[in-house]
Order: sequence, then C-alpha cells, then structure tokens
Amino acid sequence: MGAIRIHNVVKRYGKGPKANQVIHGVSADITDGEFIVIVGPSGCGKSTLLRMVAGLEEISEGEISIGGRVVNDVEPADRDIAMVFQNYALYPHMSVYDNMAYGLKIAKVPKAEIEARVQKAAKILEIGPFLQRTPRQLSGGQRQRVAMGRAIVRQPAAFLFDEPLSNLDAKLRAQTRLEIQKLHRELGVTSLFVTHDQVEAMTLAQRMIVMNAGRMEQIGTPEQVYGKPASSFVASFIGSPPMNLLTGQADASRFTTGSGADAVTLALPTAAPRAGALVLGLRPEHVEITDDGLWPLQVDTIEMLGAERLVHGRLGGALFTVRMDATLPPPRVGQAVRLRASPSQLHWFDAGTSLRVGD
Amino acid sequence: MVERRPWLNLLSHAVLLLGVAVVAFPVYLTFVAASHTAEAIVQAPMPLLPGGHFWDSITKALSGQISGPGSKAPVAQMMQVSLISALIIAIAKIAISLLSAFAIVYFRFPFKMFFFWAIFVTLMLPVEVRISPTYKVVSDLGMLNSYAGLTIPLIASATATFLFRQFFLTVPDELVEAARIDGAGPMRFFKDVLIPLSSTSIAALFVIQFIYGWNQYLWPLLVTTDEKMYPIVLGIQRMISGGDAANEWNLVMATALLAMLPPALVVIGMQKWFVKGLVDSEK
Repeated sequence: MGAIRIHNVVKRYGKGPKANQVIHGVSADITDGEFIVIVGPSGCGKSTLLRMVAGLEEISEGEISIGGRVVNDVEPADRDIAMVFQNYALYPHMSVYDNMAYGLKIAKVPKAEIEARVQKAAKILEIGPFLQRTPRQLSGGQRQRVAMGRAIVRQPAAFLFDEPLSNLDAKLRAQTRLEIQKLHRELGVTSLFVTHDQVEAMTLAQRMIVMNAGRMEQIGTPEQVYGKPASSFVASFIGSPPMNLLTGQADASRFTTGSGADAVTLALPTAAPRAGALVLGLRPEHVEITDDGLWPLQVDTIEMLGAERLVHGRLGGALFTVRMDATLPPPRVGQAVRLRASPSQLHWFDAGTSLRVGD
Repeated sequence: MVERRPWLNLLSHAVLLLGVAVVAFPVYLTFVAASHTAEAIVQAPMPLLPGGHFWDSITKALSGQISGPGSKAPVAQMMQVSLISALIIAIAKIAISLLSAFAIVYFRFPFKMFFFWAIFVTLMLPVEVRISPTYKVVSDLGMLNSYAGLTIPLIASATATFLFRQFFLTVPDELVEAARIDGAGPMRFFKDVLIPLSSTSIAALFVIQFIYGWNQYLWPLLVTTDEKMYPIVLGIQRMISGGDAANEWNLVMATALLAMLPPALVVIGMQKWFVKGLVDSEK
C-alpha cells in the first residue's frame, strides 16, 4: 500500500516573524502505484516537498501520510520509502553489493534473503557483473543504476527520485528515462519524481505537479497540463519553445496588445471568455504563417531544428514564436508576415491573478 | 614546469645531495660512534670509519649493562615505555578527535559554538604553557610515574579535531541522508561510513602523532622520576652525566640510534598511506 497523501503542507525555515516560508500549503492525493512528477523551476520548493515526504526535512504545518499512516514524526528509515539522490549518494568505500545490502543489513534481514533481493535487483538493472566493484570504478550511468538498485531492494511503498537524471549526458538520460518507465510498469510502486526538466516530466508522468514559488500551480496528466494549463506560469513553463503570451485588453472579438507605437489590435477567431485585462496564450505550433492571416509578425530570427523551423519575431512589441514545418519555404529575416491562429487553441489567463479564464 | 637543461639537472642534484649530506652526516656519525668502544671515541680526532663493536654496543645498551655514571636503565625497557605511551597517545588522540569532530559537525547541541571555540583556543595553549597547572593536577591525582600521567595530558588535540572536522564537512550531505533512509543511526553511520572514509587521514595522523608521542621530552622529564618509567628520549639524557665523568658515548649513541628506529619504521611502513592521507581529496 503506497498511497501518499499530502495535506496543506507548509515549510518554513526559522521561527517567529522572521521565518522564511518556502512552501505555502500544498495538497495532493497520490494513489497507490501512481507515477507522479513534480516539476518546476529551481527554487520552487519541489525538492523540499520531496524531502519532507522522505522525512529529511521537518514539516512545519500540515500532514503527510504514506499508506494511510501519518508520518510527520516518523524517522525516514521507518517511512517505508526509498530515495534516489541526484548525486546518487553511494557509499564510496563499499562494493556495489554492500551499497545495496546496507539498509537490509541494518534492518536485520536474513543473509540469504539479502542475497536473493540484491541478485534480483541486479538482474533487473543489469548490474550483475559490477556487484564486487566500488562506485568509483563505475560510469555515471552505472552508478545511477546502483542507486536505483539500492532503492529497489528495500521493496518500499514508494520511490522518491530527486532529479536522478540530471548528472547524466543527454543520450543516457533519454535511455534511463525509458528504463525508469519500464521499471515502474514492472514493479508498480508509487513513485514521486522531482525534476526541473519538462521533457522528463512530460514523458515519465502519469500525473504531474507543476510548482512555482512554493505553490502548486497545477496537478494533472501531461495532456491536461499541456492542453489546459491552469495558469500563465504553467503555460510558459511547460512546452518548448514556451507558449506565446500576449498581455492586453479584450472585448467581444478583438484583443489589443502592446503599448504606444507597438500597439496592435488583433481580430480573434473565437470570442474571448470575457472583456477586460487578459493574457492571451497561443502555442507556437498552433499558429501558421499564411498570406491571408490577420495578425502581423515582424520576423527577427529563424532557427532550423531539422524537422521544423522556429520563427521568432515581434507582435505588438512582445516576443512571439511560430513553429513551422521545415519543408515549407521559410520567411526572410526582417520580413513582415501574416499569422493565422487555430481557433480552438487560444488560452486565456487573468492578467492580475494569472489564472486560467474560461474553459 | 618541465625543463630540459642538463646543467640545471646537475645543479639541482648537487643541491639535493648537499641537503642529504647535511641531514645524513650526523646520523652516520652516531652510527660510527656506536660501533667503537668508549675509549676509541674519546680519542682526538674521533674515528670517521665504523669500528667493529656495533652489535656489542647495541646489546649492552638494550640490556642495560652500562658502567657509566648516569642512568643504568636497560634501553629495551625504555623502548617499551616509549612504544606504549606513543601508541596510547596516537590512538587516543585519533579516537577523541574523531568523536569530537563528529559531534561538532553532525549534531546540534546547546553551546555548540562555545565548545568549538574552546577546542580552538587550546591550540594556543601547548603543553609548555600549561605545564605547571597540569603537573599539579597530575600529581594530585597520583598519576606520576605512570602511563596515565605520561599520556593523558597529551591526548587532547585541537589540530586533529580540526583536520577531521574539515574532512567531515566535505562529506556530501546526501550520504548522511542516504544512511538515514537506510536506517543507520548516528554511531552506525560514524562506524560504517565516516571512519572508513577517513581511513587515509587517520593513517596520516597516526604517523604524525606517533612521532609526536615518541619524541616527548619535556613532559616525561617532569612526571617520571622512576627509572622504570623513563621513555627512551628522556633515557638518553639520563645516561649522560655532566662534568668530567667518563660517559660511555658508544652506548649513548647506540641508544640514540635505537630511539630513531621506531619512528623511521612507522614512517617507512605507512608512507603510502601517509602521503595519500595528506593529498587525497577523492571521495
């Protein structure tokens, strides 16, 4: 049983009026066997949240329960969790076998069972040949596997991953991502995975939590988070290149953005949810450059990425990016082109609260 | 810097050889003196080539067949005293420093900074400065002429504590956290992780502290009055009596050679570890 319930959790450092609050009441219900990714920019509190679940940080307010048991005052070792650290935190002087067996030895698991569990984990992770080596004789990817092996042998109710892939090179990272997915399918253990990399978040998550400045901005499946971002922060954070955001005034069918000489009024393909100060969001892939488009774009730079081109320009003074198929003829730099937005793909956010408006 | 100039090679070797000669010549002279009879040494000029009585002098010194006017304690016994006190000092210094560094780095307790500075301040108070009060304490406790008196006042070591503190501070926090998740309590973590990780530092410190303990002179001079508790360094001095008395210089020199031997053996035997401990930063 590995359901994790995070209820109104607050973290502050220090006491009294000078206390520095870094997490402002986060709640999430994670069902047994789910793979949850916590993603956010650095300093958003995602690692702190994970460390509170692990028991490495005290919980200032609120409650965390694992498998139905409140663990606020339970030692990390007794929380039935296993953690994989960013720098792996392997014991440098112990062999791979001892690294994996250490926790079990302390828990006084019988020798034969330790042996069986370690061998099984080694087989799953294909680190059998390295069992007698020390961590410094292993490559980064192998160390990473050992760190996961150490987590697996504990047979915990939940795995906690603290940016475990960020020390790997790009190729290995992509490969390990797939392996973690496979591992999760095989073991079916609840997993909490912290990362700042949105690609990792999108590919690994069954549901993802997007955090910003100590608050949870959105929790949902990758499709929900990408398709219906709950705030302009989520919209700009998830997706690469990020969603274009234009601040301005909307009325029934028009949207005025920019100020002074840059001001431009755009005709909307679908009506705005309400009039007033709003932020219009539009993903780069949901705009196309076409002569009969209604919006103007001044092209600044063009990036060729192979299958596609990113056309960066300015619209009403704000930066605006369009993604176009590489087989289409690109516009010239400095040229003024016309854009057409897909009618169903407009996102609206409140200019003040930055929360999503309309559906 | 790599330079390939033959005359520079020659010059640097000449300087090195000169340095070796300056260091080695007194040792050679000690050896020569130990290999002659007492009468042969006092001839002027003193012989510069080894004589044939080396083993004779060594066995005489070791067994205490000394006819000179000074102390006649057998050197074998003095070496045993020195060895035991040097070992106690080295091992206890390392044990206490490890534990206090562990406490200072990994625990939050009241007046932590006060204790930290208290240890720091002792750096300014070597044995020589606190010698009279320490003597008073040791003598009131009845520890004169005992191993306890010879070693305990020398055991506390700020230097070693700081060395270990610096080392512990470089151990990544994640390692501590991984151990916590693995269920290792503080002492278990200390024993299973910290001590193995600091093994090279421990070895380096052992060498330094063993030699420190072995070479103690001033403190044993105060707290030992019984010949049976003389360490060898003090013993050498006790064998020489002032004035015109005919000292058996060959035996004194044989004793000096014997006194040099164990530190040299420790350094040679632990050289690899010693250097590793001082330069190794790999974790």
